[in-house]
Amino acid sequence: MTLATSFLQERSFLDVLYIIAFALFIQGLRGLSGPTTAVRGNRIAAVGMAIAFIATLLNRSEGNWGLIAAGIAIGTAVGVPAARQVRMTAMPQMVALFNGVGGGASFLIAWSEFRLTDGYSSTATYIAIFSLFAAIVGSVSFWGSNIAFGKLQELIPGRPLTLGRAQQSVNFTLLGLALAAGVAIAAGSHSEGIFIGMLVCAALLGNAVVLPIGGADMPVVISLLNAFTGLSAAATGIALNNTALIVAGMIVGASGSILTNLMAKAMNRSIPAIVAGGFGGGGVVEGAAGAGEHAGTVRSTSAADAAIQLAYASRVVVVPGYGMAVAQAQHAVRELTKELEGRGVEISYAIHPVAGRMPGHMNVLLAEADVPYDQLKEMDDANPEFQRTDVSLVIGANDVTNPAAKNTPTSPIYGMPILEVADSRSIIVIKRSMNPGFAGIENELYYDPKTAMLFGDAKSAVSDIAAELAQL
Amino acid sequence: MILASTLTTNLAILVLAGFIGFVVISKVPNTLHTPLMSGTNAIHGIVLLGGLLIVGLSGNGAFNKVILVIAIAFGTINIVGGFLVTDRMLEMFKSKPKRESAAASEDGSGNDPPTGGTAGGQ
Repeated sequence: MTLATSFLQERSFLDVLYIIAFALFIQGLRGLSGPTTAVRGNRIAAVGMAIAFIATLLNRSEGNWGLIAAGIAIGTAVGVPAARQVRMTAMPQMVALFNGVGGGASFLIAWSEFRLTDGYSSTATYIAIFSLFAAIVGSVSFWGSNIAFGKLQELIPGRPLTLGRAQQSVNFTLLGLALAAGVAIAAGSHSEGIFIGMLVCAALLGNAVVLPIGGADMPVVISLLNAFTGLSAAATGIALNNTALIVAGMIVGASGSILTNLMAKAMNRSIPAIVAGGFGGGGVVEGAAGAGEHAGTVRSTSAADAAIQLAYASRVVVVPGYGMAVAQAQHAVRELTKELEGRGVEISYAIHPVAGRMPGHMNVLLAEADVPYDQLKEMDDANPEFQRTDVSLVIGANDVTNPAAKNTPTSPIYGMPILEVADSRSIIVIKRSMNPGFAGIENELYYDPKTAMLFGDAKSAVSDIAAELAQL
Repeated sequence: MILASTLTTNLAILVLAGFIGFVVISKVPNTLHTPLMSGTNAIHGIVLLGGLLIVGLSGNGAFNKVILVIAIAFGTINIVGGFLVTDRMLEMFKSKPKRESAAASEDGSGNDPPTGGTAGGQ
């Protein structure tokens, strides 16, 4: 028995288990390259996590098992029901919340490490540096994610909350203070006051960075915070000399960075500009001024007319946006398209990369409503198809369809890749009112003679069309 | 046994992991970006291990114990919640000819999750 125990606690055996664990993470993520292998991929990654967890428990030197059991019991009691019950439309805030707690764990672990070693008094400087990095980034990520959660859950207004001109200098001051405190500690200060000051500055920074960012920029923010938490986990791994943490954290960092870049590109805006925030607030004056050019000439339609138009189309493309998520209209949309398919209409869905509040948000909702995976088209595949489309049905999407992004160099969204809905033969837009979208810009599409507006809540409007269709 | 410097070894691992991450993640299609995000989210919950290691060391005072229990709870929420929710999402992406009715009844049950109810304004 003692022999077995000592073998299990051998450092190299532990390392082998960690290597197996991170190999499983990578293999699991490879599975995410397609919908058929993805479920298994996620489970493979979960098995890797279980192995890393067990390996760590085997190797632990001392007691306090009760504390571990308590922490895990609390975490399970909170995490499992949340994950089981969350609505698909609420997925962005769930991900933000899970991301936040990961960052929270990072900075709390760094803090306890600091306390346990009396301010890194006998630790190598590089370990202190990585631990401090984990503390700062973890704290920024924790608070930033919580603010993002609050905005998405509408506990905090989704519009940019900014300090105006002072915002940039406040952010840089907070960053500078946090870094200065970190440097002081790495240089040999053992004061816990400085450490806590650093955590507080990082916490304020997390708030100050995310509060000025508006709802539609959330896909970028969530990806960025995801990358941050990953990097702080990797830094914790170096501080604790734990390969599983290093590899896992770094892969998440890479994943978050890739997504952040993709999202920023899909909005034709630089990451610093998005983080600087304020877009879509009162600042977009040019867009508001441009609105004057298009007074009147909006054609509105009825559910009955829309139903006829759709029924006699041979090809219909659905363009979903955040409005579909807000109205929980995905099931109604699926019912409508099924009815149309039954009448021989060819259906596909064109999805802009930043539609919704997180990368891939629309795809999840449509998958929930059982829309076949091969009907979901990414922007680059969807755009050439609009020309041979009879009806584009725009449901709660706005800025991502605005031709101004292509045609109006003065528009704030000029240069942003859009879904070229205006190319199709006719367009039906379901929208609650003529209020401009997030960017505060009038959508030229609505004034196109080919466009008919159907005003109303996305879900009831779609259901009305389906009801009319059934009577045809 | 040759002892390489721990720092440089770990940095090498870090850099290689970064490159592998870029290659692997670049292959994930846009459609699966939400599950990717919540899956990688679950993976960074691995920071939990740090909590497990430190809580076992001697010299943890009462305050440290409190922080670490919170850290472990946070890490657990991150891991358990992340993997479960990703699994739920990915199940929906699988083609499922027979699941239509099951999905309908699931939605009909009117789950009222703590984080649900985003149907408010905007």
